Amino acid sequence: MLGFFFRRLGDIIPTFFGVTLLVFFLIRLIPGDPILMMAGERGVDAARYAQLKAQYGFDQPLIMQYFHYLLGVFQGDLGKSFVTKKPVLEEFLTLFPATVELGVVAILFALVVGLPLGVIAAVRRGGIFDYTTMTVSLAGYSMPIFWWATMLIMFFSVFLGWTPVSGRLSVLYFIEPTTGFMLIDTLLSDQKGAFLDAVEHLILPAIALGTIPMAVIARMTRSSMLEVLREEYIRVARAKGLSPAKVVIVHALRNALIPVVTVIGLQVSVLVAGAILTETIFSWPGIGKWIVEAVSRRDYPTIQGGILLIAMMIMMVNLMVDLTYSVINPRIRHTR
Amino acid sequence: MKSTLVKATLGAALVATTAWAAPSAASAKTLVYCSEASPEGFNPQLYTTGTTFDATSKNIFNRLVQFKRGTTTIVPGLATNWDVSADGMEYTFHLRKGVKFQTTSFFTPTRDFNADDVMYSFDRMWDKDNPYHGVSGGSYEYFNAMSMPELIKDIVKVDDYTVKFVLNRPEAPFIANMAMDFASILSAEYADKMMEAGTPEQVDLQPVGTGPFQFVQYQKDAVIRYKANPDYWEGKAPIDNLIFAITPDATVRFQKLKAGECQVVPYPNPADLKAMDADPSINLMSQEGLNIGYLGYNTEKAPLDKTEVRKALTMAINKDAIIEAIYQGAGTKAKNPIPPTIWSYNNDVVDDPYDPEAAKKMLADAGFPNGFETDIWAMPVQRPYNPNARRMAEMIQADWAKIGVKAKIVSYEWGEYLERTKKGEQGTFLMGWTGDNGDPDNFLAVLLGCDAVGSSNRSRWCNKDFDDLIQQAKTTSDVLERTRLYEQAQVVFKEQDPWATIAHSIVFEPVRAEVENYKIDPFGGHIFYGVDIKE
Repeated sequence: MLGFFFRRLGDIIPTFFGVTLLVFFLIRLIPGDPILMMAGERGVDAARYAQLKAQYGFDQPLIMQYFHYLLGVFQGDLGKSFVTKKPVLEEFLTLFPATVELGVVAILFALVVGLPLGVIAAVRRGGIFDYTTMTVSLAGYSMPIFWWATMLIMFFSVFLGWTPVSGRLSVLYFIEPTTGFMLIDTLLSDQKGAFLDAVEHLILPAIALGTIPMAVIARMTRSSMLEVLREEYIRVARAKGLSPAKVVIVHALRNALIPVVTVIGLQVSVLVAGAILTETIFSWPGIGKWIVEAVSRRDYPTIQGGILLIAMMIMMVNLMVDLTYSVINPRIRHTR
Repeated sequence: MKSTLVKATLGAALVATTAWAAPSAASAKTLVYCSEASPEGFNPQLYTTGTTFDATSKNIFNRLVQFKRGTTTIVPGLATNWDVSADGMEYTFHLRKGVKFQTTSFFTPTRDFNADDVMYSFDRMWDKDNPYHGVSGGSYEYFNAMSMPELIKDIVKVDDYTVKFVLNRPEAPFIANMAMDFASILSAEYADKMMEAGTPEQVDLQPVGTGPFQFVQYQKDAVIRYKANPDYWEGKAPIDNLIFAITPDATVRFQKLKAGECQVVPYPNPADLKAMDADPSINLMSQEGLNIGYLGYNTEKAPLDKTEVRKALTMAINKDAIIEAIYQGAGTKAKNPIPPTIWSYNNDVVDDPYDPEAAKKMLADAGFPNGFETDIWAMPVQRPYNPNARRMAEMIQADWAKIGVKAKIVSYEWGEYLERTKKGEQGTFLMGWTGDNGDPDNFLAVLLGCDAVGSSNRSRWCNKDFDDLIQQAKTTSDVLERTRLYEQAQVVFKEQDPWATIAHSIVFEPVRAEVENYKIDPFGGHIFYGVDIKE
């Protein structure tokens, strides 16, 4: 088990270098000199331009810039944002809890809804429920997030007035961030109603972000269940006179879960990608929104640092999925 | 069994929604402004974006002179009055007495505002040896862009309530520069205290000013909180709390406005304007923006160096169609290089008519009966003064084809575009400008002056008559005289047509009906002093 862990960890190192290389050079491939972009129509005179170039280190050869960047990364220094002049890591850590909170609730929503839907659809294969679920989940899978999110806001927030339009907490509550997780911070605060308010703010963004994973999980569970239900041992279990619920939940679902767990792991990257749109629409102060703003401002250190940290996070999650996987199915440990 | 399972699952699948009850409204009056982005920081000296100015200079700070709310007129601010020496080289400001800096949870001032604060605020930007010069990145782009380092020869503290600025040359627009955001007055006492504590950058994160609202808290990318400064020298603001709820998506801002989650919203989607106008709970305000969108001619390139050719091309452009299609109602036709909200706008100037027939004849008379070939450079970015340059270029291309002129559309990435047009590689090009200080000089000299050829005068148009007028206007501080000169300059401009003036954008600001006395700032800022909410 430990050997497997280190083997997988070893795979991560070249990936890590690959990511730093890609991020560093790709950003510089995007046309657009950050200094000229910042100056805009007003322009900047040649002397000042040279001064700013030196200040940002753009006057050095690209390979040296990369080397300095890498050196910084190994010392835990991702540089300072061109815009806010604050360390990138510090900004990331301030915003990261908001993204995690949204992501966790979204995946919980996807699981709680997607898993049972898939199971029932499989059990009632060919029925109306199956057709409806699969059609709806296909629609959910193909739905552009920005459109879906806007529809949710227009219906639930504006038309029905049930949920707030955007943000993490009503502006009338005044919460000092302690953990950065709004659900926890509001619980810790003595302001009445703040926790409920935070929950209400989470509902729509979590649904918007969780819809695609929910659809994927529902479809995956269904097909995986269908395969398992055809197996001999299920027929044996049925023949033995076990109750249908026991057959489905104990014998079928457990075996059907292996591919589903993989899919859930893969959904993490989908969540991060989705978070960029969801956070922008719901004014959710997380890392997605942060990176989008950094791209439009050509804030190199923020883009580089942000993407690197996200990539590392996804690698860690994948590692954890692989480990979980090997717990569920020990055979995997021994194959490379 | 199956049915129980289905029921249970469906039950779980139902998302619990609770009716959204707003927390009990405090008795204090709170105004929520759904701002479009996060500020870059909290010191207006260091940045150039409107978002940062809204969060800082417009509401927290004052300047020695200020713009009267909703206008480009200069009125006294922290200086009660000022004298200009006869040669126009010395500006002496007499400071207001009894002005208090804000008392916040992080700083308690022990003295009133005085000349030391003015000295600190300008020295920080101007004097490279000032200990604060390099703090927080130390780049003062707007101060530099307005050529202040070259302009200022000396800053002298005459006494505790008098400060003198000595210039290197007479420059009438200087007074307008002093009303700009970067010229905000910061507290020297607070700066000293933070320097002593070893945390100088704190002054740029937790600001202290003399303005109507004081900083309370900033949660990155989410919310900025202010409360009214009870000691404000013009009197406490009618509202008690001001909140910026950062909401980047324009559609969502509109939804929040409808739901009453915010009272004032910037930059609406053009597509939403109709619905906003029809909504009785929303008051859709509008005003011409302080900008100009134009098609420039490179007057050094033949045949665009000929006035008749430029005139003919201008007369072939159907501006009405462009306003309709590109601005979708959010623009007005422009005839002068400055917008009508700027003083000295010459309303007597008659615009070139749209007349393709006459244009064709004019072109033939100029020696081009079969037209010629040129290019139209289209900006790759969206700007209020030109929401869709590519489409505009296509429309102009079609218009010109009718008089036999074949134009190729060219575009580059924005930085590249700016550099190349500066060098004069283009034939004709789409461009625009948004005013900085409301002074006509800021358009006419910056964009059309002979000195600016090779930088922001992308038409490379250097006309002696025009240049004499605007140079003369720089040297006198008599506004009536300056007005006369600028009006004349606009006549010369129209005769020569170095640009086809296209449009000034219209700025829309939807506010909720209960908001009283909100005024659109011609500079595009959002100012909340004087704004009230009906109970």
